Amino acid sequence: MLSNLGNFLLFLNILLSFTVIYFSLASLKSAEKIIFRKIYNISLAQSTIVLVCFFTLIAAYITSDFSLINVYQNSHSTKPTFYKISGTWGNHEGSLLLWVIILTIFSFLFLIINKNHSKNYRLYTLIVQNILILGFLFFILINSNPFLSISPVPKEGLGLNPILQDPALAIHPPLLYLGFVGSSIYFSAAIASLLTNYSERAFAKSIKNWILVSWIFQTLGITVGSIWAYYELGWGGFWFWDPVENASLLPWFAMTALFHSVVVLEKRNLLYFWVIILCLITFTLSVTGTFLVRSGILNSVHTFASDPSRGLYILAFLSIMIFSSIFLLFKKYYNKDYIINSNSKETFVLINNWFMMFYLLTVLIGTLYPIFTDAITNNKISVGPPFYNAVIIPVVIVFLIFMAVGPNTKWIKNRFVDIKKYILIFISALIINFLIGYFFKSLTILTNLIIISSLFLIISSTFDLIKSITEDRIDFARIVSHLSFGFLIFFIGLNHNFSIEKDFNMKVGETKNFDNYKIEFKKLELKNFKNYKSIVGDLKISDNKFGEERTLNPEIRIYDSPKTLTYEAAIKTNLIKDYYLTMSNIDRSEYYNIKFQKKPLMLWIWISVFALTFGGFLRIFKNAKNN
Amino acid sequence: MQKIIKIITISISTAIIFVFYLSLNKDNNYNTESQIGKKLNFDKIESIDEDKYLYIKELKGKNFVLINFWASWCGPCRSEHPMLMKLKSEKKLKLIGINFKDKKSNAKIFLKELGNPYYFIGKDEVGKLSINFGVYGIPESILVDEQLTILQKFIGPLDNQDLDDILKKINKV
Repeated sequence: MLSNLGNFLLFLNILLSFTVIYFSLASLKSAEKIIFRKIYNISLAQSTIVLVCFFTLIAAYITSDFSLINVYQNSHSTKPTFYKISGTWGNHEGSLLLWVIILTIFSFLFLIINKNHSKNYRLYTLIVQNILILGFLFFILINSNPFLSISPVPKEGLGLNPILQDPALAIHPPLLYLGFVGSSIYFSAAIASLLTNYSERAFAKSIKNWILVSWIFQTLGITVGSIWAYYELGWGGFWFWDPVENASLLPWFAMTALFHSVVVLEKRNLLYFWVIILCLITFTLSVTGTFLVRSGILNSVHTFASDPSRGLYILAFLSIMIFSSIFLLFKKYYNKDYIINSNSKETFVLINNWFMMFYLLTVLIGTLYPIFTDAITNNKISVGPPFYNAVIIPVVIVFLIFMAVGPNTKWIKNRFVDIKKYILIFISALIINFLIGYFFKSLTILTNLIIISSLFLIISSTFDLIKSITEDRIDFARIVSHLSFGFLIFFIGLNHNFSIEKDFNMKVGETKNFDNYKIEFKKLELKNFKNYKSIVGDLKISDNKFGEERTLNPEIRIYDSPKTLTYEAAIKTNLIKDYYLTMSNIDRSEYYNIKFQKKPLMLWIWISVFALTFGGFLRIFKNAKNN
Repeated sequence: MQKIIKIITISISTAIIFVFYLSLNKDNNYNTESQIGKKLNFDKIESIDEDKYLYIKELKGKNFVLINFWASWCGPCRSEHPMLMKLKSEKKLKLIGINFKDKKSNAKIFLKELGNPYYFIGKDEVGKLSINFGVYGIPESILVDEQLTILQKFIGPLDNQDLDDILKKINKV
């Protein structure tokens, strides 16, 4: 029954999308100055029906309706209800439905929120967005339909991959999709702007909050994914330069460049075509990422069951997007002479964009290069952290300095009056860096530079904060974001430098000593849970220097459906450091491999990223207030 | 100028899409089975003892060779070691051990404790050599004939069945 209902709703959505396009074209031709009332109504119906369609699938998951292949393949009746629900988008078909929801709802919201913008511009945005919606709806119907039924109906499902049964991972996809699918709306708006020659400043005004919204969710999505990888994958790291992580980072760089340059467009009516290019690139990179992950070209924790026909469809879709964007852009492009003073806010925003493009290209090349060598020369290589660290880290040092100086420059023409202030900040950064090295542990040259430059940004942003409060010119949003970014790099630098990692093969009853620490393997327990069994280790870590003792309980979990073994790290977090311990069994032996890590300031890394996104929220509120 | 940029943009986009298309039809699962039937490809292997090397020409045309990747820290290697000790007495077979990401002192203790079945022990401190042999985890063994063609790969510890396979292959000729 749910299968029929779901399919019916999918067809209805396709019909509504065509109707929206049809009436939008009619409205374009009509002499009326406002958009037809019925377009709003159909758009609302479209959003409602796509949500109902999604809830139908959720209902099938909650009731364990295994007559749907999708539910049968990805769920199990003994699974906790929370993971039954999150299982809806934990697979290829269900997550595509989430794609369509975001495309549709953003389309509707853009239509109703931007009421004071030109009629034609809004209608073309709606048309392009609905073409995207249709593209994905057809994709779902042709080869990724979550509502396909199976007969005879199986009694039990195959289960959801246990490593996906996790609260962070349940919210990771929706957050990330809001980010990169959300970028579709300014892709559509950019095309509409080119088609209608819509006024440049007004165009900037209409998209700036959408860029911020997608940036905030993209950042949160990436962060939640990182947090999950940190405690679930058991490597003790939070960023691995895995190609699929990179795929989410590429649009993030473009978005970050975009929300800076769109301000220049709004305030100074400059960089119009550059903003358009960034709008087009952001969503194109999002679809490219989707292609890489869904086609099975990349192997990683994110790989969905691979199917080349899916890849082919997305690739065809991507090609149409890319070539039509290029065609339209070159058709509408005209040369506009910009005169930008080299010492002005505009220049500093451009510098930010150059940096972002540099990061974007580095990560893009690192991600695509192995695919290229494999496809052309059959040679399998992987580009890993050494490449990214060597190329990106030295550049971050310079970037942080520009990030500190840039915001204090003035539009059009700036005069440097604050040289003394910056020398003072630089000396303070040097002193703090020296004290860290002196009291704790010496730093490598690169870490020294990272710490100094991040302190430079932190101190400088703190000065800005004090100044803006006293002068009552508060730009909290920018200060919070820049300050948090400074802290983020500062904490990552310290974390990297002060982390300790040790590996042991131990059996129950053994004790190991190293540096100031003692690890005691006290006992092992077998516990039974609803959908898995668990071997729980009991290990005591003693810090002889500070007389601190902690018990950590790493687990080896044996899931029944599907039959999988997972290793759960035991993590003890406090404000200063994390103790991180994983345990894995060694075949045919009573020994266990114990990996111990001390990771300083982990909590502060996460707090810094959340504060960074909070800056984005503040900016949206400020924009709303100004409007 | 605009035309040149246009041509470059279109060319790069087309190239990327074309490569994506090629990649779609490739099997991207890492599979060492594809090595079977290929010739061994290395010049020399450095010995665990300094300044000694095994040259590939020393092996050609003489015996079958079983290259075994192992380490003292690897539990399954310990369990497969008796199998290797059984193979030591085979006249038609030479065993070469590649000590993988290990400490020399630990490796020596391991062999002293369990016996040394190897004709030559090479070292692979960083794991790079093993990648060239298509090895991604240990223990793993590669059976090679007199002409240095790879006959079979054994992923994981050798068991009795594998031992029979090896004996059949080397005694068939």
